[in-house]
Amino acid sequence: MPPSAIVVDRKDNVATALRQLEQGDSIRVELGANVIDVTLSQTIPFGHKFALKDIEPGEPIIKYGEVIGLATRKIMKGEHTHIHNVEGLKGRGDKQ
Amino acid sequence: MKFWGYRRSGGGIGVRNHVLVFPTVICASTVAQMISREVPGTVYVTHPHGCGHLGEEKEHMIRAMAGFCGNPNVAGVLLVGLGCELLTPDLIAEELHKTGQRFEIISIQAEGGTTNTIARGKELTQKLLKEVASAKGELVDLSELILGTHCGGSDTLSGLTANPAVGVACDLLVAEGGTAMFSETVEMLGAEHILARRAANDEVRKRIWEITAATEANMKSAGFYVLGVEPSPGNIEGGLTTLEEKSLGAIRKGGTSAIMQVVKYAEKPSQKGLVIMDGPAHDVASDTGMIAAGAQVIVFTTGRGTPLGSPVAPVIKVSSNSTIYHRMKENIDINAGVILDGGESIQSVGERIFKEIIDVASGKLTRAEILGHNEFAVHPIGPTV
Repeated sequence: MPPSAIVVDRKDNVATALRQLEQGDSIRVELGANVIDVTLSQTIPFGHKFALKDIEPGEPIIKYGEVIGLATRKIMKGEHTHIHNVEGLKGRGDKQ
Repeated sequence: MKFWGYRRSGGGIGVRNHVLVFPTVICASTVAQMISREVPGTVYVTHPHGCGHLGEEKEHMIRAMAGFCGNPNVAGVLLVGLGCELLTPDLIAEELHKTGQRFEIISIQAEGGTTNTIARGKELTQKLLKEVASAKGELVDLSELILGTHCGGSDTLSGLTANPAVGVACDLLVAEGGTAMFSETVEMLGAEHILARRAANDEVRKRIWEITAATEANMKSAGFYVLGVEPSPGNIEGGLTTLEEKSLGAIRKGGTSAIMQVVKYAEKPSQKGLVIMDGPAHDVASDTGMIAAGAQVIVFTTGRGTPLGSPVAPVIKVSSNSTIYHRMKENIDINAGVILDGGESIQSVGERIFKEIIDVASGKLTRAEILGHNEFAVHPIGPTV
């Protein structure tokens, strides 16, 4: 069975869906030597991210082992993590 | 770890033993090609450069051309000129002389036209071939290897499969004392602060800010404001949330090591480890610049399928998805799409890429070499008149 999602770096707190994943799906991802089970609270389209743990407002979103932005509100484990709850430290194409 | 290479008198290690026929100006391109075709076993390039370069671009072109001809994979070079061009064979030869590169020179006007130049060029090239034929390979340390990396024709998966896997290979090479290089300054925008944090010292940190600021200013002067348009609505729809994330997907191909140096386009690094070259996103111009900077092997990731190759350096192609791998199998050496659909980890594919780099450095032909891909382009910085 091919993996449903991928974590690039063990420091990451988000995973990326490798196909469309449905609400209620239980996803198992490898985080270094650890295995994490996440139940999705929403549909996650292919290429989109979901949280691997609860993330507090203002807490960094980590992908590639680096900060890709900050949470603008509380993000629950299994929640879609995208422009509605993350703000980059640089600009964004659909926003001045 | 070691690979088989050719030790050059100038100090570098070649992974190929090419005789190159190189036009120093566009006007000599056809003649250079004809000479090479008359002498099996030689390689050549054609290009539109060599005349009309002003100021800084003249130095930039000389550095790129001399660097390319002086790459240790080139055992000997025939420089072909016209006679009235700006970048004469003599100018390039002067640089090659400093590095101990073997060369011959010919000019079309001095020889009295196309036919005479081809006849004389053929003799000189055959002489070079005889001289380099006795070169013997020896086992050399991986610390002698400079690897160039590039991503072109990227897709959603490039930053998740192929680039991180190549990054693993770069980390392994750097751990062995070798050098890995990545370029494409425009793709660093948005992740400057992350790269700057990984700089080995203040000088490198300063240079990272300089090259990214200069690229941003350059784009702005052409009417493009990258921070205002990236990630694009299409990127966001595809799942990319921030510019940092987009840039990190690109720069991950260099791995996670400390950044030891920032070099100019086509400038040879003086440090080992992970190095940034200030270069373009243009696939061929970026590869040419890294080869001119001394890279003996290139690893190239692609999502859409890119056939390019170099006459001088082997280019290992890594696909980000299995669909393009199966559609363009003859062009692609390794499929990182198995991370998505084959149950293989990024680490495992990265280790396979690392092994492929050593095999290719030791003589294994890449798909691009087998197919005879021969792309060459120097990144123009202008002004050219």
